[in-house]
Order: sequence, then C-alpha cells, then structure tokens
Amino acid sequence: MAAPTITIDVVRHVAKLAALSLSPTEEETMCRELRAILASMAALEALDVSGVPPTFHAVAMHGGLRPDEVRDSFPRAELLAAAPAHEAGGFAVPKVMDGEG
Amino acid sequence: MRDAAGMAVTELAAAIASGELSAVEVTRATLARIAARDGVTHAYLHVDSEGALQAAAQVDRARAQGEKLGVLAGVPIGIKDCMCTRGLPTTCASKILEGYVPPYDAHVVERVRAAGGVIVGKLNMDEFAMGSSNENSAYGTARNPWDSARTPGGSSGGAAAATAEGLAGATLGSDTGGSVRQPASYCGVTAIKPTYGRVSRYGLIAFASSLDQVGPIARNVRDAARMLGVIAGHDPRDATSVTRPVDDYEAECGKDVRGLRVGVVKGATDRGCDPAVVEAFARTQKQLTALGCELVEVELPHQEHALAVYYIIAPAEASSNLARFDGMRYGLRVNGDDLRDTYARTRGAGFGPEVKRRIMLGTYALSAGYYDAFYLKAQKVRTLIKRDFTQAFSRCDVLITPTAPTAAFKFGEKSGDPMSMYMQDIFTLPPSLAGIPAVSVPCGLSPDGLPIGLQICAPELEEKRLVRIGHAFETAIAWNHRPPRFS
Repeated sequence: MAAPTITIDVVRHVAKLAALSLSPTEEETMCRELRAILASMAALEALDVSGVPPTFHAVAMHGGLRPDEVRDSFPRAELLAAAPAHEAGGFAVPKVMDGEG
Repeated sequence: MRDAAGMAVTELAAAIASGELSAVEVTRATLARIAARDGVTHAYLHVDSEGALQAAAQVDRARAQGEKLGVLAGVPIGIKDCMCTRGLPTTCASKILEGYVPPYDAHVVERVRAAGGVIVGKLNMDEFAMGSSNENSAYGTARNPWDSARTPGGSSGGAAAATAEGLAGATLGSDTGGSVRQPASYCGVTAIKPTYGRVSRYGLIAFASSLDQVGPIARNVRDAARMLGVIAGHDPRDATSVTRPVDDYEAECGKDVRGLRVGVVKGATDRGCDPAVVEAFARTQKQLTALGCELVEVELPHQEHALAVYYIIAPAEASSNLARFDGMRYGLRVNGDDLRDTYARTRGAGFGPEVKRRIMLGTYALSAGYYDAFYLKAQKVRTLIKRDFTQAFSRCDVLITPTAPTAAFKFGEKSGDPMSMYMQDIFTLPPSLAGIPAVSVPCGLSPDGLPIGLQICAPELEEKRLVRIGHAFETAIAWNHRPPRFS
C-alpha cells in the first residue's frame, strides 16, 4: 500500500490524534521532514515478507507476569506532590463533562 | 598521590575496601572535579553533593564496623536522567518534566545503591533519549571532553562525557538504538548494551519498550563488566525481564581468546564511513588475528533496512509511551480551553522539536489504515534482521563492525537534517532490533586525535563473550588514551 503524500492537512490530523499543538511554522517543518523521512523508507515497500511472522519481542525468555498479590503502593501525598494541581486527595483536572461538576 | 577521581572502578573499590582511601575523600575528589570542569562539559543536569557525601560516609562507617562491603562500595556513579531516582530530580532533559522528583528508585538505581555505589547526580541526554548528539537536551548540550566544539554523542552523551572526564567512576546510560554505544565510541570509553530483558526496565522512563535497555559506561571493560553484574538479573516488576541466572562477567577478563571465531560483516564499512574509521577497523582485524582469533566473513543481508525499520518501530512505541505526559499527574501543565486543549498545549510547550517529530511519525505509522503498511511490516522485517544474526552466529562466536561511521562530529554539523543524524546509528540499530548484546570499545584515534569505537556483538545472553574479547582487545592495544584535560 502506497502512503499518501504528507500535506498540511495530514499533519494537522496526525497532530490532533497525538494531542500535540503545533505552530504554523512547526506544521510546515513537520510536513517537509515527515515527507523526507517517509521517502527514505520506500525500500521497505518492495521487500517480500509474506509468511514472515512479526517480532514484537526480540527475546522470548522472559519471566512473564508476577503473582497477582496485594502490595503497598506509594503514599498518596507523595504522588500528589508531583502533580501540577490537586484537591481533595485527587489530581485536579479540567472539567470533562457538561452539567453539574 | 593519585587523583581518586581518575581511578578505575575496581581500583577505587579495592582502595576503599582496604582503607587506602575513604569513600568520603573519593566523593570529595569527584565533586571537586565536577566543580572544576563541568562548567564546560555540562555532563550533569543535577549534582547531589549532600546525598553523595552522606552515602559515602555510610560506606566508611560500614567499613569501620567491619561490615561486608558491596562491589561498588564508595564508587561515585552518575545516572542518566531518564532513570528514576527517589528524591532527586528526573527530567529526561525535557521541559515537560522540569522539577519532577520521583517517589521511587529505578531497579538499576536500587541495585547500584545496594552494591554501595555513591550516586553523584543525574546526567545530561537528548530529550527522552531521542538523538545522537545531545543537541536535543532542553537544558543545554553536553560537550565532548576531547574537543568541546564537538558532540559527546547521544543520547547518553552526558554519561559518556562524565565517564571520559572522570566526573564519575562509571555511569549508567540507556540504549534504544545505540544510545550507550555511540557516545562511548565518541568519548573513548566502553559501553555495554545488554541482551533485551537482561536488565530490568522498572523505573527507566520508557522510550521504545521493545528496544530499551539500561547499560553501563566505564573507562575500561573490567569496570563495565562489574557494573553489568550489579544491574543484571530478574525483576518481577518488569514482565520482559529474563529469569536466567546472571553470569560472572568480570571473571571473563584475562581469559584466552585464541580460536574464537570473529565474524566480520561483509561490506561493513562500505556505507558512508570516514576513512579514519575504515582504517581503524582494518587495523582492528589484524590485531584480533594477532590475538589468535579466527576471522570469518559473514553476511547480514537485511541490515540495510534496519534504519527504516527502527524509525517506524521506535517512534510508534514512543508515541504511545509519551501519551502519559499530558500535564495531569506530573510535570508541566499549560491550561487550555478544555481538557483536550490542555493536553495539546501542555505537550506543544513541553516537548522539543525531535520529540514532536517522533511522536508525529509514530502516530502516523500507527494511524488507521497505515498500521499494516508501516508498523506490522517493520516488525516482519525485524524478524528477517534477527534471522540474519542467528545465521551469522552459526559460523562465528561474536561479530564486529565499527560502532559509528565517523568520530565525534561538530555541533550543528548534522542538526539541520534528521536523516543525516539518524545515519549515525546504522551499525548500532541491527543488534538492538535483534535484541542481542553488544559492546563498544575504543579501537584507536583518528588523525584529529578523536576516539574511534569498535562494536562487538554476541548471541542472546552471551555478554560474557563480549567481556572476554573486549578485555583481551583493550589489553592488546594498551588503550589508555584520555581526553587532553583528563589529568
């Protein structure tokens, strides 16, 4: 499948997916650079990988999941101290729903 | 008297254990050297003088009371700023984590402390470990101690520079596509990228989870082996952590390498290598033959695709991992009109250009309709790259390439063109994608007097081969070059 040309609209769409605000200058630069980077990857397209399984984990000898046991977590105050804003023992975040908060 | 700040890890540990030196005086010597030189080198983002002196005093007390000391007791260690340190700032050299102080230690930091290591501070790096020159640090670049107009490499540039200049006995860096090996090569020191899973990633701030590994950087192979022995081993807090017992790496130093089959990758230096690197690599092969190694030509036919594969997989994983930096629970927050706008503004203000570029690239590669064409395809080609190594290792015990195509380049030389910067990683990417261990050891100086690195790769969990041959090679060439300002 051929990748589409990267346009400003594509850059804006991807930035929205990534929750990343970009200035108009950054959008221009990103458009140019992504085009160049993706063009350099074109050789991959020609490579036949039918029947080849993907490698999601390079080394298969890991220990897997640990037993699901109840353990102490971090003290709440210590975690909240690192937050930009907190109130009533929780992270304070902008309102996410309409109506009564 | 010798300057304690310039001594090797194993020498320091022995001198402290015997009482020849106290841990406090070693720490003071290191802090004094940092004060005198780091104004130029800028290897450290944060120096913890008070904490280091306290930890050193505790080592001295333990010794006075006759307690058994750990293998790093009293040795000053620097930690790359992407590893969590309890009570010490951890920023990943990013504005988005400015002022962040983690409530816990990374697994590797716990291990260093448990072995008696004295943590001196946090080391400069490319933001979120994305870069090959340190020019992507949000807090000013670290400089190469051999020539301050040149890059120390990246992303663990601060760690390699600090090690080269004696601003720590040894350091811990992290390696996703070459980030301990390439800076070690540029700074004339040794770095090991362990097998994926050999070292726990717990508390290492994630960049690309299927590639990230913590690795030691040291001034000689024996020191690197000791550091690896301290940090390696199973940790139930990392599901990808390997359970196999840890080998005695240091015991490999001094063992015979006669008859060892060394694979030389066919055409390894054909691709954009500086003549000085080509020459050093040719000389290295002669030196290995003189040591009794048997050289075997091997092929890695899919290696040429490693760059494209890496720059799909790593940004894809990064775009997912870095979603957690949204201004809610830690770090920077820039308030917007609503929640989504707050996320976007926070991330727009907090991330630097390279991090944004990789988040964009990764988000694009994972977006609807392109997953199969990019991410899945790249993971399949990764299998071919891994198979190439398996095949090569049926004919050789280790294989060698240069670590990087050039010696340290000047600041600004490659920062305008992402692709030319990415090319610095062509030799270090394939072993990372295959998950196998690799070491970079110095193998000579360029006509400009800059260090050149040799990369040695081994099959999965065969780090001891890297130590054995690395130590034999370093001893044979009597590598003792230090930056001009070292002593």
